[in-house]
Amino acid sequence: MIPAPFDYERAESVDHAVELLGSGRDAKLLAGGHSLLPFMRLRLARPDLLVDIGRLADLSYVREDGDRIAIGALTRHHDLANDPLLAEENPLVAHVAGQIGDPQVRHRGTIGGSVAHGDPAADFPGVLVALEAELVARGPGGERTIGAGECFTGFFETTIAPDEVLTEIRVPKLGGAAWTYLKFQRRAQDWATVAVAAVGANGSARVALTNMGPTPIRARGVEEALGSGADPATASERAAEGTAPPSDTQASAEFRGHLARVLTKRALEQVS
Amino acid sequence: MAATETAPGSYIGSSVPRKEDEKLLTGQSRFVDDLTLPGMVWASVVRSPYAHARITKVDVSKAREADGVVAAFSGADLAEDWAATLPCVWLVTEDTKQPMHRPLATDKARYQGDGVAVVLAESRALAKDAAELVEVEYEPLPAVIDPEEALADGAPLVHEEFGTNESFTWKLEAGGVDEIFANAPVTVKERFRQQRLIPNAIEPRGVLAQYLPAQDEYTLWSATQIPHILRFWLAIVIGVPEARLRVVAPDVGGGFGSKLNVYAEEALALVLARRLGRPVKWTEERSEGYLATIHGRDHWQEMEFAADEDGKIKAVRAKATVGLGAYLQLVTAGTPILGGWVYGGPYDVEGYSLEVVGAFTTATPTDAYRGAGRPEATYLIERTMDALARKLDLDPAELRRRNFITEFPKTLASGLEIDSGDFAGALDRALELVDYDAVRAEQAERRAKGDTKELGIGLSTYTEMCGLAPSRILGAILYAAGGWDAATIRCLPTGSVQVFIGTSPHGQGHVTTFSQIVADRLGVPIDQVEVVHGDTSAMQLGLDTYGSRSLAVGGIALYNAAEKVIAKAKTIVAHKLEVAEDDLGYENGSFTVAGTDKSMNVQEAALHAFTAHDLPDGMEPGLEATFVYDPPNFSWPGGAHVAVVEIDTETGEVELRRYVAVDEIGNVINPTIVDGQIHGGVTQGIAQALWEEAVYDDDGNLVTASMLEYLVPSAAETIDYELDRVVAPSPTNPLGVKGVGETGTIASTPAVMNAIVDALAPFGVRDVDMPAKPERVWRAIQRGGAS
Repeated sequence: MIPAPFDYERAESVDHAVELLGSGRDAKLLAGGHSLLPFMRLRLARPDLLVDIGRLADLSYVREDGDRIAIGALTRHHDLANDPLLAEENPLVAHVAGQIGDPQVRHRGTIGGSVAHGDPAADFPGVLVALEAELVARGPGGERTIGAGECFTGFFETTIAPDEVLTEIRVPKLGGAAWTYLKFQRRAQDWATVAVAAVGANGSARVALTNMGPTPIRARGVEEALGSGADPATASERAAEGTAPPSDTQASAEFRGHLARVLTKRALEQVS
Repeated sequence: MAATETAPGSYIGSSVPRKEDEKLLTGQSRFVDDLTLPGMVWASVVRSPYAHARITKVDVSKAREADGVVAAFSGADLAEDWAATLPCVWLVTEDTKQPMHRPLATDKARYQGDGVAVVLAESRALAKDAAELVEVEYEPLPAVIDPEEALADGAPLVHEEFGTNESFTWKLEAGGVDEIFANAPVTVKERFRQQRLIPNAIEPRGVLAQYLPAQDEYTLWSATQIPHILRFWLAIVIGVPEARLRVVAPDVGGGFGSKLNVYAEEALALVLARRLGRPVKWTEERSEGYLATIHGRDHWQEMEFAADEDGKIKAVRAKATVGLGAYLQLVTAGTPILGGWVYGGPYDVEGYSLEVVGAFTTATPTDAYRGAGRPEATYLIERTMDALARKLDLDPAELRRRNFITEFPKTLASGLEIDSGDFAGALDRALELVDYDAVRAEQAERRAKGDTKELGIGLSTYTEMCGLAPSRILGAILYAAGGWDAATIRCLPTGSVQVFIGTSPHGQGHVTTFSQIVADRLGVPIDQVEVVHGDTSAMQLGLDTYGSRSLAVGGIALYNAAEKVIAKAKTIVAHKLEVAEDDLGYENGSFTVAGTDKSMNVQEAALHAFTAHDLPDGMEPGLEATFVYDPPNFSWPGGAHVAVVEIDTETGEVELRRYVAVDEIGNVINPTIVDGQIHGGVTQGIAQALWEEAVYDDDGNLVTASMLEYLVPSAAETIDYELDRVVAPSPTNPLGVKGVGETGTIASTPAVMNAIVDALAPFGVRDVDMPAKPERVWRAIQRGGAS
């Protein structure tokens, strides 16, 4: 419960954070701290330097941005869960934010931290993949946009570079699209054993799976089947295709495959 | 808290708000970790990452040179500091094998987390950093975690010197069991796994030790349930006169048995404080505690019933194979035996046979965890009851009714005597509350229409023996100490009352409950009663808190001490009022003379006793009394619990829908505190059924090493429990009370598991291993009756 020694710097701005990240040390960004700090307390993560961006208030917002909603990376889960604009335009994001951890976690944890951490069992990565969200990162060379589907490359690995700061998440306005997020978990505060995010309209759907491999996975087989006219029960038979789920004390890989099919069927019944 | 209308004479039986709450809720409690002494250093224990390994080298030299480090020691460095092994207080047979258990291992590490070295530094963080610099070389040896595998030929030996992993075989047989079985028209035989559990008190363990060389005095502050027992044994372990050691249990945040022990770190802190001449503090990390604090349960269980065609059970034959872990901690060997007399449950059986085999394994030692032996016994009986009901096609409620003990006192086949109870009344009330027929109807309706969500109803009717314990019986079963407890009441001249108790609360609300008893008996306002506990220098006599004993033993000591105070006060009052003692009436603290307006209360008598200006000839000044109470019998609570579960047969998910608990726990002093005990106990038992399990891999690594993997339920997982009581006051004590601290845990696990198996009956399922996690339930459905 006591981390290894580390240095601590408070970033005054995003550019300052980028500069500190580029200092050549093993640096990690600290936002809400609800993923990083437990790792450090167990001494599984031992960064030399923590760059605290927690006080960059200008990274906490939800606002309209044309046909999208722009979310500041430091926006807390609690604020997303209660945001009126999201409730109107993308209630899936608000709903998922309200499902993360427990009230303490939701008051500290941030959407940007959840994304950048790249935990395959976390809720937001899969949801953002299903939403085909855009991620905005700023580094020494300026700003770039990353598709959520291209962001997650491995177990706790993303394409956000070590000297980049994730600043914004852009999600579509859902309009009349149906959505759901089905999270299977042992206890209310747990990470998902398996979860399925689905957004559907006009007989098709985008479906993404959480904790069915080292990254969130777009269930392309399911989407194809559904697009070809299959009913939810038939389409969901393909939910575990191409997945590589973990086996642990909560569930074996085989059972996770089963859960993915059951949850996908139920999700499709809701959105189609 | 809103003030209550309660006044002296009516405190007992009222939900007086807890006196403890304000400091707890405002963060003003003082736990061990809140204590700091000048010159204090912090200890960090280096622990074996291997379950079983020969220690070939321990080099602390780099750690000694690290920033802020004061000292570092290997087990070998401290080998001369110990006068005796860490104790086991209950060697259950004459030939129980007890290994030497040093606070730091020297030859072998025998479980993951076994301490091998200790580092002391100026801060907790520096100690932790330096502990990483201790170089230990290990030769890994094969691990053995399962108790049955540990007893098999060729199993790795945890203690080579014994030539076996078997520590003991304990047997109890009565009533001609074999003959009954030979002639029984109906028998059933079941086998269950009672998984290993990890206790989770909200406050981890912690110690602070001080040695004052000039006075040759030791003080240990410890997050413990047992300051008095600790003092006795630690004095022996470190080889000092008991009178030189004071043990203090300050505010303690829960225990559930995990702080009912004499731990390595407690002994280490004392000898290190002696070596360094500086106070030594150690606070357990949560993940460290998962390895280094005792675990519970870990049985393979078998039960056979011999019955007639009507379901009347004639004899029980049970066997438990128990994983003891690597060493015998304080009550490791005795824990399964604490259930040894109640493997017949609340049922009237003639024949009784139980065999308990204790096996050493390369795992954290098991010991008393809430219920300690009785949850295991109750689970085995109650699961087997349902198996018999299925075999005879009888309703499980009806089967239980046909077997209940209905007349009291009742001498059990196992030899002990139940003083009182109302098992049938509790079951009737529980079935009424749950509306049993309606739930069965809904179950049938769902089955008929092929609902993917099945409903299950599970019963658990139980009794247990607690209120530990009559000293003579403890002696007869080889327990090394007595089972009495003590209380002192001191009436101060200004009208307030100090109460010193030998029990040591850690969340149970003794301060409130015991205040209620004293305030009622002595007729003083409850806020005039101060309860002092947990300090061996304030109260020498005491045997502490475990086994649902505090009220049933300590509370009766207190009641009797109050009677002694009243008797002395009566003599004083008679003298002052110049009347005969026999002419005095007594009620709510006030002595009156019938037909006159003469009266005097206990507080006035206390002032006279203090001034001593005019006492009867030869009377000692002061109004104070101590009573040491040795209970004539165990305490025998019982009751009926009913769980209703809904199972999603597509995912295997179990949802608890209803939980009804009707307990018979004698008279109740504080209903809110008692309800809280039942809520917590029931939740802990449900947790065993649904969530909690200590899992080791084949190499003996604890896989469920944090709360991420070891699933302690939160409030979000619980539901509103429906509680009620039937009352059959204990005739063996003047308050008519019984123990309640463990009943919920004892009763609830089989209720939930019976409900799960009941829900899955259409699939032919007869058992699901605990915890009934979704995958296990789903696989049981897939397998059907083929299990």
